[in-house]
Amino acid sequence: MNILVCITHVPDTTSRIAFTNDNTEFDKNGVQFIIGPYDDYALARAVELKEQHGGKITVLNVGEAETEPTIRKALAIGADEAVRVNAFPSDSFFVANQIAAVAKQGEYDLILMGRESIDFNGGMVHGMVGELLGLPSFSPVMQLDVEGTTAKITREIEGGKEKLEVSLPFVAGCQEPIAEWKIPNMRGIMSARTKPLNVVEPTDATVHSQLSKYELPPAKGAVKMIDADNVEELVDLLKNEAKVI
Amino acid sequence: MDFELNENQRLIADMIKDFGEREIAPFRNEWDDKQEFPVHIFKKFGELGLMGVLVPQAYGGSGFTYDEYITVVSEVAKLDPGIGLSVAAHNSLCTGHILQFGNEEQKQRWLPKLATAEWIGAWGLTEPNTGSDAGNMKTTARKDGNEWVINGTKNWITHGKSGDVAVVIVRTGEVGDSHGMTAFVVERGTPGFKAGKKEDKLGMRTSETAEMIFEDCRIPETNMLGKEGEGFVQAMKVLDGGRISIAALSLGIAEGAFEAALAYSQERHQFNQPIFNFQGISFKLADMATKLECAKLLTYQAAHLKNNGKPVTKESAMAKYYASECAVSFANEAVQIFGGYGYTKDYPVEKYYRDSKLCTIGEGTSEIQKLVISRQILR
Ligand SMILES: Cc1cc2nc3c(=O)[nH]c(=O)nc-3n(C[C@H](O)[C@H](O)[C@H](O)COP(=O)(O)OP(=O)(O)OC[C@H]3O[C@@H](n4cnc5c(N)ncnc54)[C@H](O)[C@@H]3O)c2cc1C
Repeated sequence: MNILVCITHVPDTTSRIAFTNDNTEFDKNGVQFIIGPYDDYALARAVELKEQHGGKITVLNVGEAETEPTIRKALAIGADEAVRVNAFPSDSFFVANQIAAVAKQGEYDLILMGRESIDFNGGMVHGMVGELLGLPSFSPVMQLDVEGTTAKITREIEGGKEKLEVSLPFVAGCQEPIAEWKIPNMRGIMSARTKPLNVVEPTDATVHSQLSKYELPPAKGAVKMIDADNVEELVDLLKNEAKVI
Repeated sequence: MDFELNENQRLIADMIKDFGEREIAPFRNEWDDKQEFPVHIFKKFGELGLMGVLVPQAYGGSGFTYDEYITVVSEVAKLDPGIGLSVAAHNSLCTGHILQFGNEEQKQRWLPKLATAEWIGAWGLTEPNTGSDAGNMKTTARKDGNEWVINGTKNWITHGKSGDVAVVIVRTGEVGDSHGMTAFVVERGTPGFKAGKKEDKLGMRTSETAEMIFEDCRIPETNMLGKEGEGFVQAMKVLDGGRISIAALSLGIAEGAFEAALAYSQERHQFNQPIFNFQGISFKLADMATKLECAKLLTYQAAHLKNNGKPVTKESAMAKYYASECAVSFANEAVQIFGGYGYTKDYPVEKYYRDSKLCTIGEGTSEIQKLVISRQILR
């Protein structure tokens, strides 16, 4: 089985978020970057599927040179080779076009990625890639098993789950509990250095959105402690100050 | 010279953090309390390749250099110093001794089991009456046909009880002759080889320290490492590398204590401001930050020499001495910065405070390191 796994290079979930340049740029100073947690699930499932069925895993990232350590980690976890499209991932449509262009070059049975990135949380790329390639796309996929040329998937839908049988190939945006996150071992880390990481130039694609300014959510207010005997004061504050009741 | 962590080191650090946050951090206080040696963690470390870091892949190891090895030991130590100590002792003492001085057949026989943690290794030099003065050991081996018969007691041995295999250095010649000692490999289950008392320790409680007792323990000649009479000299060479291990262990503790104190100093407010604003506190942290860099540079210098097969006796003693003193003083200052909270088990610095002290004692006390350094600089 030939699997393409698309990964994002995103700030660690515990990073302190700050902006520079008149709030037009994310301040990367001191920020650690990781594989997007949802992408990590997709990769982990790809590794399991490869263990079951054999085949090859290619990881793909649209990003500038700084993302290579993140890509190496994916190789250490178990991908066989990597492609980096050498471009800043400007918006979902641009990224989807790059992924589609790479996907067309190979015959992939599955194109997996996270349900969304955790920086901009757009959650649109899988749908766009499916559309650009003329393939079905599903998200968020919580379970994925392959038998021959079909797959059984479970997808979360509003208020429930949907079980589907789909024929390969297709695109899936993944989330837990599709697989357990994998930790690379020392052998994986050693071999990651020698696995191919091919850098390709981007194809032309329109960037539809432009970033004008970042804004942090308002700081959390102070906590007001109210004596347990003083229910009236509590109700009054909830009603007149917080205006929630 | 590159002063940044290489890509392997970053991936390794990440891997250990990811693993440790799930499998070590939630349980370490309980293990510490009960003085439990978590064998299952070492088995998992074996799967991850952390138990044969320096062992070539041909013998089932990971085949890395001392650079990556330092990252392994210090990152594990940051999570739990006791587990870090056990990783260090397994890798660089027992496994390291066989790797450096075993013949091909011996390496094939023991290294794959050790590198994968199927077996846990111990290394016995110290005895009840001979610590710093190890050359005066009383445990003997007497030749009897094709066998050697060992009698005596080794104590303070990391994995003295749970170790599946031990390298022991014993007297085969005259007292006072540095060429009168020989190294042997003894497997658990060999008649006459048993474990004695497990020590109840101040710190490093997740690392097992116990006695190994030999009573007419017969082992075949094929278990001898190198030649008869070379054991003590081999042990000193093993300790040259081992000191890099303890330096790395110390770095992990020092860095852990520093990071915890730095974070706390910004969160804790007194007199309407973070305590970091008081120079009395921020200067402590500035000193720690500077000394931490010194300790790292000394340790990586020793690793660099070791990787290139150069003499490292002086540099590894310096790294071990300096980094271990840093670990102890940082842990002390960290508790001070945490105030009363630092005196409780709710924060990690209380444990660093207890664990760190081993670093200035094990594998040669600070005084012995200074002895080694002063002998070297006199040359
Ligand atoms: C947790 C733990 C794990 C250990 N693991 C192992 C292990 O796996 N294998 C092993 O073989 N050993 C192990 N040891 C033993 C350790 O290496 C010894 O404790 C150490 O070498 C010191 O020896 P000692 O305890 O007998 O102290 P002593 O040698 O009795 O020293 C007592 C004091 O005298 C000082 N002193 C001694 N000689 C001199 C001198 N010439 N000049 C100045 N000062 C001097 C020392 O620095 C120290 O302050 C371990 C110890 C501990 C605590």
